[in-house]
Amino acid sequence: MTTETKSTIQFTPERLAKAQEIIARYPEGKQKSALLPLLHLLQEQEGWTPAEGMDYVAGLLDIEPIEVYEVASFYTMYHLNPVGKHVIEYCRTGPCCLMGGEEVYAHLKQRLGIDTGQTTVDGQFTLKEVECLAACGMGPVFQIREKYYMNLTNERVDEIIDELSK
Amino acid sequence: MGKKILTEHINVPGIETFDVYRKQGGYTAVEKALKTMTPDAIVDEVKKAGVRGRGGAGFPMGMKWSFLAKPEGVPRYLVCNADESEPGTFKDHYLMKNIPHLLIEGMIVSSFALGANKSFIYVRGELMYVIHILEKAIAEATAKGFLGKNILGSGYDLELVVQPGGGAYICGEETALLESLEGKRGNPRNKPPFPAVKGLYQCPTVVNNVESIATTPWIINNGGEAYASVGIGRSTGTKLISASGHINKPGVYEIELGVSVEDFIYADEWCGGVRPGHKFKALVAGGSSVPILPANLALTLANGEKRLMTYESLSDGGFATGTMLGSGGFILFDETACIVRNTWNFSRFYHHESCGQCSPCREGTGWMEKVLHRIEHGHGNERDIDLLVDVAKKIEGNTICPLGDAAAWPVASAIRHFRDEFMWHITNPQEATQPGAVYRGEMALV
Repeated sequence: MTTETKSTIQFTPERLAKAQEIIARYPEGKQKSALLPLLHLLQEQEGWTPAEGMDYVAGLLDIEPIEVYEVASFYTMYHLNPVGKHVIEYCRTGPCCLMGGEEVYAHLKQRLGIDTGQTTVDGQFTLKEVECLAACGMGPVFQIREKYYMNLTNERVDEIIDELSK
Repeated sequence: MGKKILTEHINVPGIETFDVYRKQGGYTAVEKALKTMTPDAIVDEVKKAGVRGRGGAGFPMGMKWSFLAKPEGVPRYLVCNADESEPGTFKDHYLMKNIPHLLIEGMIVSSFALGANKSFIYVRGELMYVIHILEKAIAEATAKGFLGKNILGSGYDLELVVQPGGGAYICGEETALLESLEGKRGNPRNKPPFPAVKGLYQCPTVVNNVESIATTPWIINNGGEAYASVGIGRSTGTKLISASGHINKPGVYEIELGVSVEDFIYADEWCGGVRPGHKFKALVAGGSSVPILPANLALTLANGEKRLMTYESLSDGGFATGTMLGSGGFILFDETACIVRNTWNFSRFYHHESCGQCSPCREGTGWMEKVLHRIEHGHGNERDIDLLVDVAKKIEGNTICPLGDAAAWPVASAIRHFRDEFMWHITNPQEATQPGAVYRGEMALV
């Protein structure tokens, strides 16, 4: 059953084509499997996953919006609230902390003037704690979009923030 | 140097491309399998190899394959578990980003053996750049006729789909992974039925780890017996070990199963020893979920022999004096590491990652984290230690999936071996809460 939506959010033509290609990957009638990839696509376009966008995705997959909400709220990668231009996801788990992660992240917070979960007033940076990023040998580590920054030190953090602030 | 089955060519420039991988002998296993072997013959070779699942559980891969139900007219699926999320473990990440075609070749051979015409690689969503690498490699392999319709004129069709996860450790549990792949929350399923009977879309499905699947090209090219001749006893072949913590050379190493823990830590070929000026205090040998061991027990068995990097030797002595090879996530702690703080850190991880489906796990992980937090922050009392042991016991074995065990074992083992350190935190809270404070009591540092 399709729920009629009047979302103002829609994929760009390129992303819609990509979404249709993704949906076609799964067997007939199993199009709900495309939900996670489509939520990634939505977040890539909007910067976060607004409810209106989730309604739109539900329409594309011919499922109920609640089925999208319950999934989006389960996984940590979907931002359910607006975020800054750069989302810094820092790994707070054991191996990174053993290598000085706690000190480096404290410096990062001080440098940005925000705590975990917050966004700088200029909307440039959002800080997010994440669980293991599977780069334990190169910790401390954080990720911004698809890029990993490894073997972090306070100095390296400053360089990265300076570069991204330009 | 030991034998290299997975990483022999990993440092060849351009190995991530089809052409370079092919020049190094890549895709010959696909040719051999599809042109000269039957699916059953491939399964037999994998059985002969004795390769055990490299994701952590260590279940024999060939046996898992032979359990696959084969009802007429029902599709079968192979799903590669690339949701690597356990603290200390980063070998699959390393393998996929550096030599993606090895995994793809393994997927083709394995899918053919299992009679799957559509297979999935479920990759943790955090590794989006790896997903793009895999998608590019799949496009190359398809263009060269190694994927798609009528592969190499064999009549066999295979479509390979890369599925991004959404960031959930629990999706490394095979039934939670299947739920996620179906577009749902990653809640583990009750078993039975096992995925081999009712898996993806309620069809027969095999779920294997990246490293496990990547062994199959070598097994096909060289034979199961050749693989079984590497390693020791039932720990056949090689294993990727992700080494991190207070060592000189963190990284991913391929070892022949059977090298000693001592050699792995101290030889220049591998970890290169403990950080200069420091001593070895404790070891997590197989990812954050396995029991932690103090240095002396990590190096030596109860009978005085050296402990080996094998499934059997690491678990020797059960949980009283042993641990597990697990995923091969090898984390070494020197004397500057606080065991209480690390246990709290791991506990926080499991609380955060519990899917919340079972009460013992949902409530118990949170309870353990809170108690550990108060001990670490100077508000513990002596009853807290026994309380933690009690809660851990009540979680272990009482949940749908192994996440409960994974949460309980680090806590129970840390208290078993480092009870004095917990007591010190409780009885000396002012000292213990100073920045960088670490227990310096009597313990066997190596």
